[in-house]
Amino acid sequence: MSTVHPMLRAKRRREALRTLAFLSPWLIGFSVFFAYPLVSTVYFSFMKYDGFTAPTWNGLKNWSYVFSDYPFFWPALRNTLWLVVVMVSLRVVFGLGIGLLITKIKTGAGLFRTAFYLPYLAPPVAATMAFAFLLNPGTGPVNHLLGSVGLPTPGWFNDPSWSKPALTLLALWGIGDLMVIFMAALLDVPKEQYEAAELDGAGPWSRFRYVTLPNISPIVMFSVVTGVIQTMQYYTQPLVAGKVASGIIGGSGQQFEPGYPEKSTLTLPQLVYNLGFQRFDTGSACVIALVLFALSMAFTALLMRRRSGFLTAED
Amino acid sequence: MTTHATLAPSAPASATGLPSGARRTAARKAALHWIAVHALGIAAALFFVLPFVFVFLTAVMSDNQALTRDLWPRTWEWGNFGTVWDTPGFLTWWRNTLLYAGLGTVLTVVSSTPVAYALAKFRFRGRNLSMMLVISTMMLPPQVVIVPMYLFWAKQLHLSGTLWPLIIPMAFGDAFTIFLLRQFLLTIPKEYTDAAKVDGCGELRTMLRVVLPMAKPAIAAVALFQFFYCWNDYFGPQIYASENPAAWTLSYGLESFKGAHHTNWNLTMAATVLVMAPVIVVFFFAQKAFIEGVTLTGVKG
Repeated sequence: MSTVHPMLRAKRRREALRTLAFLSPWLIGFSVFFAYPLVSTVYFSFMKYDGFTAPTWNGLKNWSYVFSDYPFFWPALRNTLWLVVVMVSLRVVFGLGIGLLITKIKTGAGLFRTAFYLPYLAPPVAATMAFAFLLNPGTGPVNHLLGSVGLPTPGWFNDPSWSKPALTLLALWGIGDLMVIFMAALLDVPKEQYEAAELDGAGPWSRFRYVTLPNISPIVMFSVVTGVIQTMQYYTQPLVAGKVASGIIGGSGQQFEPGYPEKSTLTLPQLVYNLGFQRFDTGSACVIALVLFALSMAFTALLMRRRSGFLTAED
Repeated sequence: MTTHATLAPSAPASATGLPSGARRTAARKAALHWIAVHALGIAAALFFVLPFVFVFLTAVMSDNQALTRDLWPRTWEWGNFGTVWDTPGFLTWWRNTLLYAGLGTVLTVVSSTPVAYALAKFRFRGRNLSMMLVISTMMLPPQVVIVPMYLFWAKQLHLSGTLWPLIIPMAFGDAFTIFLLRQFLLTIPKEYTDAAKVDGCGELRTMLRVVLPMAKPAIAAVALFQFFYCWNDYFGPQIYASENPAAWTLSYGLESFKGAHHTNWNLTMAATVLVMAPVIVVFFFAQKAFIEGVTLTGVKG
């Protein structure tokens, strides 16, 4: 059993060292920039610390503060839930629709594809500022157009009941990544299956329902779960939209109560910034960070289940 | 032009010897289908393109007109772009962004490649676990570890107010880049690496001389993704650079630009155009790599 030939053992050791050498950038990066700070986050979540005076033990006080006294936590969680349900599902449906459309376009397909894809590349800050201008209730061109055809002109980013739909519109505009993913998946569906379905007299809807959908369902599942994870991280767009709409003057040292209007654009990542870097409540910021961690890990676990079609390139 | 394109699909129908009435119905159906699809395409294209058009039109309006509901500029104020360009700080933000994105991209690709190679080509104990850890870190919001990370850079290394806390970690691999490259490297047949080894190449040489040349498209894709991640990053510069305007990037500075000029929507939109422009230019030169990269993210190799 333990009589491994010395030469073989030397070879194995050499191989192990080689593997370690190749992995070392990430092993160092993972430990220093992820594992160690994660442990610190857990530690700080039980400490009272303002970033200046030495941290002191605080027990579960940060946790109870966040869950029962911090007025931003539950609205942020509710907003996330709203965005997960509405924004993610609309993005998947719309992305699939645009993906289907682009596979059917025969003339000028390249031009259309570029037009559909470009918004995805627009820097989030620039795109959000553009939308804050376009959807400006007073002077924006969208309400101008809506008004001129007699449609209602919502307050968009300035109205708490319209701010999340406005963010959803912005997210639908940046659908390019999903379009490409769905387009690739749709082109991979075996042609014979469509032909067979057609011979059986299946109409367009039946072909979509019984041929297309089963073939692309792993990709649909993938886009749902990654969409949920992205929504957990949703930060720049709601923050910038709130700031611009509220007319706050940005820049350093400016205190901005997040979530304008009326906490309707709050998301969990904004709370980490608000607590940790504006209110210098390090402990409570770490509690929110851990809530984010737990939620994201739960969805990542879902993503890694084989059934989701992800990671199928295992050899 | 329309009829040519629509009649073409009906040609096979005549080859099958269908009666001419049925052929005509099929041709009409194909024509209607073509019109419906392209009408829908144009409607969708308007949704995606019009925002760019309105932003651009406002960027070249006069100060006064930008405050009205006019959609078309009465006078074309091209000088707005010059005004933005000459705004104090704008050039510095530009330089900082290039530094962050350029250096960040190079460091990320160089440090992530061997890791991706090992995860794709080596068999070792803990390989699946490593892969799971890579994916988990890729999926986690940056806010999860930001508080201790900030304290580490600011209190221990005194590097807050600079972009180094954002650039240095990129020399230690990036989970998304590793994952994407690894997925691509898995698709390179084992025969190539085996042949290299028979010829006496070590692993490093095999990776550099045999595998990486074949992985150029994937490397181009991850480099582009990383470049735009840095270009677009708002959160990182906000955490580390906000206290020092000389270290701001375009993404972070742009938002404060609106404040500097209050409701000067024309200048704000001119600045927005200038920040978006490089992204769009690079996309036109690197379309294929982008599309391949996105496809790789979602579809098995």
